[in-house]
Amino acid sequence: MCLGVPGKIIAIDNADLGTAWVEISGVRRSVSLACLLDETTEPESLIGQWTLVHVGFAMSVIDADEAQRTLQLLNEMKALEQEMDGHEIRG
Amino acid sequence: MKFVDEFRDPELAEHLLQRIKVLLNTAPLANRESVRVMEVCGGHTHTIFKYGLDRLLPSRLELIHGPGCPVCVLPRDAIDTAIEIALQPKVILASFGDALRVPGTRMSLLQARAAGADVRTVYSPMDALALAKQHPDHSVVFFAIGFETTIPATALTMLQAERENVENFTMLARHISIIPTLKALLDDPELENDGFIGPGHVSMVIGTEPYEFVAQAYGKPLVVSGFEPLDLLQSLQMVLEQLACGTSVIENQYARVVRKQGNAQAQQAISTLFEPRASDYWQGLGEVAGSGLQFRPEYSHFDAEQHFLCDASKPSDIVEQGCCDQVLKGALQPQACPLFGRVCTPSQPVSALMVSSEGACAARYLYRSGEHRDVG
Ligand code: SF4
Repeated sequence: MCLGVPGKIIAIDNADLGTAWVEISGVRRSVSLACLLDETTEPESLIGQWTLVHVGFAMSVIDADEAQRTLQLLNEMKALEQEMDGHEIRG
Repeated sequence: MKFVDEFRDPELAEHLLQRIKVLLNTAPLANRESVRVMEVCGGHTHTIFKYGLDRLLPSRLELIHGPGCPVCVLPRDAIDTAIEIALQPKVILASFGDALRVPGTRMSLLQARAAGADVRTVYSPMDALALAKQHPDHSVVFFAIGFETTIPATALTMLQAERENVENFTMLARHISIIPTLKALLDDPELENDGFIGPGHVSMVIGTEPYEFVAQAYGKPLVVSGFEPLDLLQSLQMVLEQLACGTSVIENQYARVVRKQGNAQAQQAISTLFEPRASDYWQGLGEVAGSGLQFRPEYSHFDAEQHFLCDASKPSDIVEQGCCDQVLKGALQPQACPLFGRVCTPSQPVSALMVSSEGACAARYLYRSGEHRDVG
């Protein structure tokens, strides 16, 4: 029920309604941007961004830097572990 | 980056599993018989069974499936009310697919459809609003369910209907709030867990601050998690790191989607339309103070129950046959229920837990069919 899927904002659909075309696993859907827009955010500025879509609404802009950071942390952990394994073998 | 496959990397998963094993064998966890972590959200339960994470993890790490499946906690009388409305002339009742399959006292909404009711499946509440515009001579009712992830969509659709002056559109709202639910769980003496995996998508709406009481007042760690296998494994690792060094704080593993403050526009939409009700009854959870929402008086014209004058206050007198209540609270694993896989299957569900793929019983059944042959 709380399922959300990542999609990329491709183009504005209806500026008055605040909807945009979002590509979700190759399928285009018209999605409401109401939760992403405030006085300072223009709909156009969201084009090209990734968003988390839930029941027809874009609920959050996905932060690519944060995603990178999470993966980097996991990779560092892997490297550290391999290093430790190496020591064990040598030692 | 597509934000999906990257978080399914088997090699990284393997390293997380190794780290989890190390942590479980480190004092003070090493001499514990088991360490119990509850995933609150049904979406996490689904990921765990789909990817078999519970089988990859050491058996001393016990995953307890929480009540965070809004379909599963729907009381039977909510379904009965929806059916009562759907059976009225010139009414179209629309909801999400899972909600239509939940058994009420006598039948489900899908069975009501077979009996002549006009019941439609929609993907979004906006689709229900579109139905209302297409059928001006009908009354269209959206049966709105879900936690905070879904409540903004309901509220924003209502506000859209208001702006567009759509008069034949109302809602039967059975939304549930996570924080009072979590609090009720924590106060339940039957709950025995060491920490929580927090719901990722509810948190993208409410933020991470509302969980502080879990760490401060109850001394339990909670890590808000994403829904891919690496997300869950990393979140479990983070909970165990905390347990290993005796801390309890709220952490956010899902930082790519969840911000500390949540989503202001979504929160605003919720509070514009809804206010908490004194208490509500939920399947498996019983009465939970402040967990349900009602329309604010200025929006009561959207309330289908007032519109159709339903007799909402009749609790179902049905005697529950299975162990649904205990499974919902995480006190029992699905396969321990005597009806599991025998009397109760996804095609013949005893309760919603066997309906939604986020329900612990259905998720376990769907992804473990090989094992059930021995059971049944
Ligand atoms: S197997 Fe069926 S009866 Fe038993 S707890 Fe699950 S849903 Fe309820």
